[in-house]
Amino acid sequence: MRMIPPEFIVKIDDTCIKCKRCVNECSFGALKFENDRVVADHEKCVACHRCTAFCPTYAIKVEKFPMSFKDNALWGQDILKGLWKQAESGAKILTGAGNDKPYPIFWDRMVLDACQVTNPSIDPLREPMELRTYIGKKPDKLEFWQDKKGDIKLTTVMEPQIKLETPIIFAGMSYGAVSLNVQLILAKAARELGTIMNTGEGGLPQELADYKDNIVVQCASGRFGVDLSYLNSCAAVEIKIGQGAKPGIGGHLPGEKVTEEISRTRRIPSGTDAISPAPHHDIYSIEDLRQLIYALKEATRYKKPIGVKIAAVHNVAAIASGVVRAGADILTIDGFRGGTGASPQVIRDHVGIPIELALARVDEQLRKEGIRHMASIIASGGIRQSADVLKAIALGADAVAIGTAALISMGCHLCQKCHTGLCAWGIATQKPELVKRLKVEEGVRRLVNMIKAWNLEIKEILGALGVNSIESLRGSRERLRGVDLDEVYLDVLGIKPAGR
Amino acid sequence: MFKRHESKDISGCAVVGIMNEKGKTMRGDVITNAIAVMHERSNGLGGGFAAYGIYPEFKDYYAFHIMFEDEGVKDEVETFLQDNMVLVKSEAIPVRKKMSLMNTPILWRYFLEVPKSKIPSGFSEEDFVVSVVMRINIRFNGAFVFSSGKNMGIFKGLGYPEDVSRFFRLEEYEGYLWTAHGRFPTNTPGWWGGAHPFGLLDWAVVHNGEISSYGINKRYLEMFGYECTLMTDTEVIVYMLDLLLRKHNLPQDIALTALAPPFWKEIDEMDKNKKEAMTALRMVYGSALLNGPFSIIISSSNSMIGMTDRIMLRPMVVARKQDTVYMSSEESAIREVCQDPDEVWSPQGGEPVYARLEEKA
Repeated sequence: MRMIPPEFIVKIDDTCIKCKRCVNECSFGALKFENDRVVADHEKCVACHRCTAFCPTYAIKVEKFPMSFKDNALWGQDILKGLWKQAESGAKILTGAGNDKPYPIFWDRMVLDACQVTNPSIDPLREPMELRTYIGKKPDKLEFWQDKKGDIKLTTVMEPQIKLETPIIFAGMSYGAVSLNVQLILAKAARELGTIMNTGEGGLPQELADYKDNIVVQCASGRFGVDLSYLNSCAAVEIKIGQGAKPGIGGHLPGEKVTEEISRTRRIPSGTDAISPAPHHDIYSIEDLRQLIYALKEATRYKKPIGVKIAAVHNVAAIASGVVRAGADILTIDGFRGGTGASPQVIRDHVGIPIELALARVDEQLRKEGIRHMASIIASGGIRQSADVLKAIALGADAVAIGTAALISMGCHLCQKCHTGLCAWGIATQKPELVKRLKVEEGVRRLVNMIKAWNLEIKEILGALGVNSIESLRGSRERLRGVDLDEVYLDVLGIKPAGR
Repeated sequence: MFKRHESKDISGCAVVGIMNEKGKTMRGDVITNAIAVMHERSNGLGGGFAAYGIYPEFKDYYAFHIMFEDEGVKDEVETFLQDNMVLVKSEAIPVRKKMSLMNTPILWRYFLEVPKSKIPSGFSEEDFVVSVVMRINIRFNGAFVFSSGKNMGIFKGLGYPEDVSRFFRLEEYEGYLWTAHGRFPTNTPGWWGGAHPFGLLDWAVVHNGEISSYGINKRYLEMFGYECTLMTDTEVIVYMLDLLLRKHNLPQDIALTALAPPFWKEIDEMDKNKKEAMTALRMVYGSALLNGPFSIIISSSNSMIGMTDRIMLRPMVVARKQDTVYMSSEESAIREVCQDPDEVWSPQGGEPVYARLEEKA
């Protein structure tokens, strides 16, 4: 008996030329060659579309399994399937990628302004249009010294900053969760684009050493790979407190995924489980966080900004204020739509709040307290397109971090099976035969292209807004209006409704 | 009728400034003739003037020009002023009674002194005067302070600038520095406080343009305790200058550069010290950048500064005849009052032009 129906059905029509390419490509074992034809095991298909991408005759169609349930607004199919799975296994349900539930997407309920008549729009093809952004702690004011000739010299000592040529950075994705090739692509693309990537918590593979000026290394609760040379092989260090996809819980990389290479990078024996505890066991309070921030500043001789990444949770504004006062130079807020290599589904889908609301509240709170300059804000967790970047910046972000979107540029089809380690696109896997499918140079080309396209779109919109520099949109909520939002949400977002 | 704007105030404009650097005074009809030439740049919904050197006999006292909606609020404000400052003289601002302008409020001027005992510790006298002005503007509905500097005053109202000048009998005043403004608002305000110039202490700004970065400029100022209640760009510019020059004590050049800084491309080519200074300036004062079209004339007791946005989306012409410097939206206004200037030029976008009062020997 089969209690759970398959999610997809794979149809192979008679245009199949029996080249078997699809069979080789399917890393989930859903396709076999038997009796001189390709046979599908529908239950194993995850709709990653690897087979269809390689079928020379378009003979393969992946469709939703057509099975109707009796309509029930309360007991949806997903719920039923989850219950059957748990009844079978007795385990919590694991999943990958980001929250896919139909929560409201506030990006899509905000619209941007444009100039008409009273102030001119600017043509980005003819006029300079500046995206350069510096990330790090700023003083609240500057001091200068003017010599007798009238030459001016800055006397304020500036804190370390990271120069970005685009307000888009790459989110933390660890070696282990993603393949080495993914990290190489992110590092090379970051260098080419003048931005930064983040190693996640899995240590720094040697292959990335050359790219250290474009790398942020993480110091997470597992402290994998953290030593003095690690902390100084980067542009900045980030303390990871939480992740949008799984706030409040740690991580678990099973021993079978801890290969020789990963063992070397994480500095743990190969074949042992890599456990990231839920909290940092030396941070049980905000004052403990301050100690770690300053320990890292000492270790890096105050030459690198120290960031703190937190998940967007209910009291995010107050927490953010504490983190900034504890000394963080960069504050990353990860919304509940952020991706993950593996997370219990119940956490991914039900814990945390949307980044739009969290970002708006944090920026407002820091301004109210007069400490907004003390840290740069990075917003992440569900940034899908250039429009989202612009809206995040208008709400107050200094920059945004993208993870899923970057992986999509490399070929990810969002089948959400990252936790299985079987990624057919060579992204979320450590299997050498799968990893090599992801060609580094091709990946760099695609990712760089995508960000360049976003940059062009951002410049286009800045021009329409009549400003020629990204800082003139940053925090300028006057240029946003809400559509289909009630007064409470407008208030939380700090924007006016369209028409007013 | 006296409602302040609830949405962003949008307007186009004409601006003129005339300054004699030796401090020689001229009558108010000179600048009136200049601004009147640019009649077509305003639409009768706002005109105003700032004049310096007009109260020599009271030059040591803060001169407050205040508008009131009714006698009731005037009484309340006067009580408040007497509680906080020493009232030296109080009188109606003389006007041509036969002229009627739309929504004319009660217009009064006060000469005031700050008692040392009233200044909280850590505050300068000027901080204290600013706080008094802010409190009047915010707390007293129906009252608004036009100007609050020494030996200067702002005269403004609803009408074409030449009508406002006649209404206030400006031909009877003598000043060494005058600025004027004619408005072309695209909404329909009926409030005198919304006319320009806008002033704080002895700073006054006349401004033509619409700042596209208004939203962030305003939020930035709010971080430092400024409350922008007027929804006008000009208010934001005045507070920004007050913040950069008075509170942050930036050199004048640097403060103005923060409002219209060079592009990164230019900064990257600068020598080390300058590059470092400009990079830090843009990092720290990015929210002070006034982005979008503007040409402004900023005046104070000892200087007049003209500047446009960094890509010069609004016009500005400057001329000099001996000791007198002219700045205007259009050259025609300058030629009207000075047929034969020694030099006439258009400054570069973002480049400030200065006229400075010579130190008296």
